[in-house]
Amino acid sequence: MSERTERLSVRKTYKLFIGGAFPRSESGRSYVVTSSKGDFIANAARASRKDARDAVSAARKAFPGWSGATAYNRGQILYRIAEMLEGRRAQFVAEITAVGGVGAKQAGEMVDAAVDRLVWYAGWSDKIGAVLGSANPVAGPYFNLSSPEPTGVVAVVAPQGPLLGLVSVIAPVIVTGNTCVVVACERAPLPAITLAEVLATSDLPGGVVNILTGSAAEIAPWLAGHMDVNGIDLTGADAELAVTCEELAAENLKRVLRPPVDRVDWLADPGIERMTAFLETKTVWHPIGV
Amino acid sequence: MFEYAPAPESRDIVDIRPSYGLFINGEWVEPQGEERHKTVNPATEEVLAEVAWAGEADVDRAVQAAAKAFPVWSAMPGAERAKYLFRIARIIQERARELAVLETLDNGKPIRESRDVDLPLVAAHFFYYAGWADKLAYAGFGPDPRPLGVAGQVIPWNFPLLMLAWKIAPALACGNTVVLKPAETTPLTALAFADICRQADLPPGVVNIVTGAGGTGAALVNHPGVDKVAFTGSTEVGRLIARSLAGTRKKLTLELGGKAANIVFDDAPLDQAVEGIVNGIFFNQGHVCCAGSRLLVQESIAADLLEALKRRLGTLRLGDPLDKNTDIGAINSAEQLAKIRELSEAGEAEGAERWSPACPIPDRGYWFPPTLFTGVAQSHRIAREEIFGPVLSVLTFRTPAEAVEKANNTPYGLSAGVWTEKASLMLWMASRLRAGVVWSNTFNRFDPASPFGGFKESGYGREGGRHGLEGYLAL
Repeated sequence: MSERTERLSVRKTYKLFIGGAFPRSESGRSYVVTSSKGDFIANAARASRKDARDAVSAARKAFPGWSGATAYNRGQILYRIAEMLEGRRAQFVAEITAVGGVGAKQAGEMVDAAVDRLVWYAGWSDKIGAVLGSANPVAGPYFNLSSPEPTGVVAVVAPQGPLLGLVSVIAPVIVTGNTCVVVACERAPLPAITLAEVLATSDLPGGVVNILTGSAAEIAPWLAGHMDVNGIDLTGADAELAVTCEELAAENLKRVLRPPVDRVDWLADPGIERMTAFLETKTVWHPIGV
Repeated sequence: MFEYAPAPESRDIVDIRPSYGLFINGEWVEPQGEERHKTVNPATEEVLAEVAWAGEADVDRAVQAAAKAFPVWSAMPGAERAKYLFRIARIIQERARELAVLETLDNGKPIRESRDVDLPLVAAHFFYYAGWADKLAYAGFGPDPRPLGVAGQVIPWNFPLLMLAWKIAPALACGNTVVLKPAETTPLTALAFADICRQADLPPGVVNIVTGAGGTGAALVNHPGVDKVAFTGSTEVGRLIARSLAGTRKKLTLELGGKAANIVFDDAPLDQAVEGIVNGIFFNQGHVCCAGSRLLVQESIAADLLEALKRRLGTLRLGDPLDKNTDIGAINSAEQLAKIRELSEAGEAEGAERWSPACPIPDRGYWFPPTLFTGVAQSHRIAREEIFGPVLSVLTFRTPAEAVEKANNTPYGLSAGVWTEKASLMLWMASRLRAGVVWSNTFNRFDPASPFGGFKESGYGREGGRHGLEGYLAL
């Protein structure tokens, strides 16, 4: 009988998430992700400008289908994401604790909160229109109806931190029908790619959420200056990066969600501002008469 | 065309002073600089008055006055603020004819429009937002929505007093104070509004009016004491403002350019559609950001529609804006006229076919005949760029999908028109058009209760309705 040896684990290659697929960076670049103690965890893809452009193309291509889906359908899919995330709770707890900074209990609370947040936003899909829309009593024989519509392709600079912040910025953007390109937290990108695996198995159409890992200082300005991006959420950008991006965003009048003044408590009630930041109001008039 | 005897509205009702200062802290003050500008009647090139061009020091003074007034105004019970706004609305109604004539003199728009469209909407806008001032807690922005502070507002020359109303009424209702800069070619009704504020006993500093050109506007929006910027004007300037506000905490709303498609399907009632097309592009000489400047007509009816449209254009009366029978007034400025001419020449040079009805043009003043271009390709400048004049580009389509594709093929997204008798097609189109306002079987309708504003590069934020409050509240 041979001696029993420890089985060598099969590691995962962390890649990008673009158009529903998991490509490596076309540039072939990667960077080392370490724990808070400096130990090697994995090589993550370092997205290039071409990757960013591919991601925007994928998001644009997905926009008509996703924005045209029924609100009920979008809500079902967001709820499905929550289900899939719940099923992978242990994996996320392990990944969050590996990066360091939090213990297993706190990591578990964050995963739970992320699941609950998805459920919360899922329910908004077919209610936000009723809350924000209006039948307007104009002074004349006209039917006049205002309803919210998604802005389009939204770039999202995700906040620092592994999962809860990330879910809290993606869900409000997509639940209303936008598609997005997300720049994951640079230091802790692995849960973002694992989240992509969740998204890929939740009936979310490819391209609705695209996730890029790498240097936010590099990628965010590419997206901010991209003429086919309609809005940008700068929640995760530092002050200097935010100004650069906001200036670039002016070129095609992107809707800009500026970084928060105070540190965000991601466990608090999020309010609806993250949804309204990327909604347009469309008003339709029609005469009334016989 | 019938011959009509002249029927001019009397201008005796207006009393224009030879020279105007700035309205700051409830008083007329002289600017610190020497620079002054003559405002002319674009229909005659007659000088109407001289106005001050405010410099940085003047703007600073106005912002300080507004900042000083803010604690008082914002702390006032909403019901009291409302009563001031109701008072203003009433005074506007009382002085409506005077203001309409003044607007027509300074802007060049037909008196029929200033009297029947602009002024009624101005008064209605103040009435509408007056009613919100004490009901903000019910507007859906939380139980105790707070104002932002000092609003710096820059408005265009196409609807001078109406744009002032769109800016000032919601700002004041929410408890903000205001520094407003009217356009350099149309300052007179804003200066008359300053007098209305005095008649209403509005507390000093709540509304300040500074006249000037781009430099004055830049000084205002970049002033560190300004908490909110609202701009209506060109997309080009909107971009500059958005860029210069990067890194500040100033809240910004922008209402910018447009290149709206007015889409006519083969089942549309032809005569109504023709009226809608005419109203869409020739209302206010086409100086309308939401003008239906691209006519998309279904191929099968294109010939019939064009024939009817040309016949109708032959009956439009261009001339003295003060004449009650005038349909098309003067182009607002020599600069704008040059821009319209340049783009129209580009239309011809790029191969589109130009047509205008026989139309006598007055000897003096700035005029441009109603014009339409056929054989327009989507790549032509006249199909892509905002002309802001009485120039219509005609394109055709075969299927609804093609109409949507062409209509959305623009960086703008302010408005669109759809003409069809089939309700399901109308709603299908409305849901696919990327525009903030969709007029179906009508065009260029405005109402204070109805939110207005664009998608994409037509800007962001809404003016009008409950939605119009959001830009003036801290959320």
